Order: sequence, then structure tokens, then C-alpha cells
Amino acid sequence: MSATTTFVILSIIKSVAVIFVLLTAVAYSVWLERKVSARIQNRWGPTRVGPFGLLQPLADGIKFIFKEDLMLPHVYKPLYIAAPIIAVLFSITSIAVIPFGNSLDIPAFHIGSWTVGPISTPFQVAADSAGDINIGLLIILGITSMGVYGVALAGWASNSKYSLLGGLRASAQMVSYEIALGISLIPIMIKSESFSLRAIVDAQRHLQWNIVYVPFGTIAFFVYLISAYAETNRTPFDLPEAESELVAGYHTEYSAMKFAMFFMAEYANMVTVACLATLLFFGGWLGPVFGPSWLQILLPVFWFCLKVFFFMFLYVWVRWTLPRFRYDQLMAFGWKVLLPMAIANLVVTALYEALKA
Amino acid sequence: MLHLPVFLIFGLICVAGAINLLVQKHPINSALSLVVVMASLAVEYLLLGAEFVAAVQVIVYAGAVMVLFVFTIMLLNAGEEEHTKGSRVALLLGVPGIAIGGVLVSWTVLRHSNTAPVPIGALPGPPKDVALLLFHDFLLPFEITSVLILIAIMGAVVLASRPEAIVRRLRRGEPAQKAQKPEKRELAVVGKER
Repeated sequence: MSATTTFVILSIIKSVAVIFVLLTAVAYSVWLERKVSARIQNRWGPTRVGPFGLLQPLADGIKFIFKEDLMLPHVYKPLYIAAPIIAVLFSITSIAVIPFGNSLDIPAFHIGSWTVGPISTPFQVAADSAGDINIGLLIILGITSMGVYGVALAGWASNSKYSLLGGLRASAQMVSYEIALGISLIPIMIKSESFSLRAIVDAQRHLQWNIVYVPFGTIAFFVYLISAYAETNRTPFDLPEAESELVAGYHTEYSAMKFAMFFMAEYANMVTVACLATLLFFGGWLGPVFGPSWLQILLPVFWFCLKVFFFMFLYVWVRWTLPRFRYDQLMAFGWKVLLPMAIANLVVTALYEALKA
Repeated sequence: MLHLPVFLIFGLICVAGAINLLVQKHPINSALSLVVVMASLAVEYLLLGAEFVAAVQVIVYAGAVMVLFVFTIMLLNAGEEEHTKGSRVALLLGVPGIAIGGVLVSWTVLRHSNTAPVPIGALPGPPKDVALLLFHDFLLPFEITSVLILIAIMGAVVLASRPEAIVRRLRRGEPAQKAQKPEKRELAVVGKER
């Protein structure tokens, strides 16, 4: 097979595999959320479908598909339909540039008369010939910043006051916290001297994780974590969909699969943000590696997934522990606390690194 | 190999988006067409090898500036645009003007262009090259531009801020407008009835 054919086939296989894993992770993080919230509130959570309610996401999916898809008369149709698609599209796209591990190396093997391989491909959907993307972090920031459109347009196109208020809150909140989020990451870029996610992980070898890069990395991590919660509209920043004030916020007027798409987008965004936190602050796939060669390939991926799982759990834990902010508190916190903190951290880190060099 | 077709496709999308921006009557549709223009421009930059500029184009223009546009349109609940006499004049003068301008630009470009194609990577594109240009070769213009932007921000703050007196009153917990005293005549009337 020529290099191009191999590349195309590998890319398709990797895309399908990663999207499958991502969507499964999304479905099961909903299950996780329900189970953990039940545990926190001294309830059982889903128990009926399958052992421990493990088939509940499947049942939910079937329910969403078979529910009536209401098309309301008062909505602005093109954007009403486009909004959930935009939301899901951008939330799933950003997973393409995230590296999960070193690289997958399979020696040549035979299927009948065909010789396959040797295959050597990085654990990453989109990568150039060197197995890397040198602006990976910027691409993720760009795609997540485009994700606002799904929420904002849903609120506007629904033509209902609750939706509009939810959409306005969401876009104002996401634009505000994006600045703090972006600036909080620059110290990490300065330290690693790269935008490439692989280079950033490689700079954290020998337990030099950025979270223990005291105090710059630690401050950056907490600013990032808080802004990431606001970016994904999770409690304590879930003002855009505050049940007690706005019914359901921007997706009030959506039903069936269109509603499920917003749901998927929210959880996929959570996974992306958790992946980014893992890569930037917790050493990505780095961890103890031992055993036979196949285990040495798979263990880094396992460590990566374990760290991402920790952040997903943290998300759920925080959601069911903290109450919601008031909207003016949210804005004041973003602009008057997080942003100055991120900028001060950036300036001090830049000075420190410049003097050290 | 695949670069040229993709470049042409996104060029077409970009132009189509720009035309759609003018044709659409509702401001939100126009704003979204502008997003399409910005995003396809980013793809063009990427295909030309300017990765950093492409990423910044998406983050700043498509992601931040246009979101604020959409936000403002939503907030003001802007309706469909109405045609006035001025817009007809603009149409009559603008279309020939654009045609003449386009012909002039393409004529100049075709006449003076160097026909040898520039290979990707020949021009500064990766973040390191851009950083060297910005912070080394063109440091002074870059810093002066940032001062210009600072002035714009200060102007916006001054325009949006409320007069000092009202701010002080709000801090004391009083309403922004001074409460009007009830007119004496009315009181007198009430008194008489009693």
C-alpha cells in the first residue's frame, strides 16, 4: 500500500475509534453523574436497567430517539435546527488534536496473501508526518471558542424569553471566562516553550508535572480549572440553564434528539477540558510503564484515561456540593478576581523564566 | 498535492459567504455569514503555511469578535433591515465601483506577480518565526499598535461609564434619578377634598 492510502485508512480507523470511545465516555459520564449524585444525596440512582443500572445510558438513548421531535411554530427554523448541530460538531472536533499516548507500533503481519504494516502511528487522530501538531493547544482554544455559537443561537432562534436569557447569559459568561482561561495557560506555554501538546507533556517527564511547578503552575491550574467549569456551564457556574430561574435556559424549547445533542455537547466539552487539564498540568500519559511490549504501549493510554476520569469525577463532585453563583457575582469573580490573577501569574512567570534563562 | 483544490474550494466558500453577508436581510444571518468568511480565511492561512495566524484568526475573529457581534444583535433584538433611498443609491454606485476596483486589483496583481509559486514553509509561518518578527524585527510598531488599542479601550470605558454623581448616589443605595418631589398643588387639592 502506498503511504497516502495507509494514511487515509489509518486516519479513518482512528477517527471512528476515537469518536466511538468519546461518545461512550459521554454516555457513561451521565451515568456516573447520576450514580455519584445519588450517593451524595443518600439515594440509589439508576438500578433497574442492567447490573448497577449500567445499561441506563442505552435506554436513555433509545428514549431520546423515539421521543416526538417537536418543531415549534414560533421558532426561526434554520438556526433552530443548526444550533444543536453546531454545538455537537465543535465539542467533538476538538478531541482530534488531543494525544492519548506515545505511539502505536505494530510489526508487519499477514492476512492471507496481504502484508499489513509495519504500522507506526501516534495516539492522536490529527497529526502531521512527525506525529504531532505544533499549534495543537491553539486549535483546541479556537474550536472551544467557536462552541459558544451553538448555545447563543439556540437561545436566540427559540424565540422564547427563557431561552433568550439563557443564551445571553451563556455567551456573556463564556466570552468572559475564555480570556482568563486562555491567559492562565500562557505560563505553561512559556515553561514548555511550545504550543504542541506532545512537547508540553514531554517537558513534564520525571514527575516534573506542571501542577508541582510551584507557584506558577499551581496558580495557573486553579485559574484554568475554575474558568473551565464556567466554560462548560457547570455548577457553580450553570447560570445559563439555572432551573429555578430559567426553566432550562437555552434548551428550553428543544425536545428529543435535539435536546440530547446539547446534552452530548456539554459532556463532550467536559471530556475535552478534562483531557486538556490532564495534558497541561498532570503529565498527560506519563506514568510508570513496565511489562511486555504490548503493555508498554497500552499503559500510557491507561494512565491518561485514569487522570481524565479523575477530572470527570471532580466535575460531578463539585456540581453536587456547591450552590450556584448569582449572576453579578459570577461576572465580578471572572473579571475582578480570575483575570487579574491570571495576568499577574503570566507576568511573574515570564519574569522568572527570563531571569532563569 | 491536495492543497490547491482545497484552497480553491475554501476561497469560493469565503467569497460566497461575503456575498451572502450583503444579500441577507436579517443581521444575525449576516453576522453568521461573516463567521463563515473568517473561518474559511483561517483555512486559507493554514494552507499557505501560516499556522499561527490561522489559529489566531479563529480564536480572535471567529471566536471572540463575532460572538460579541451575535451577542449584541441578540441583546438589541435587531429586526430585519429596511431599504431606504440611501441604500438604493449605495447599490447603484457600489456595484460598478466594486467591479472597477476588482478589475484594477486583479490587473495589477496579474501584471506584477511573480509567476513562480512559493513553496509552503518558505515564508515565516510557525509560531517561533512569527514571534521573532513581532518581538524582534518589528518590536516598536507592535508596541505602538498595542498602545492604540489601549486608547480605544479607554475611550470605550469613558463612553460607557456613568457620571460620577450618579455612581455616588447608586453606592449610597439611592435610585439613579433623583426622586421628584410631589407637586404642592396636588397636595393642596387633596387637602381641600378632605
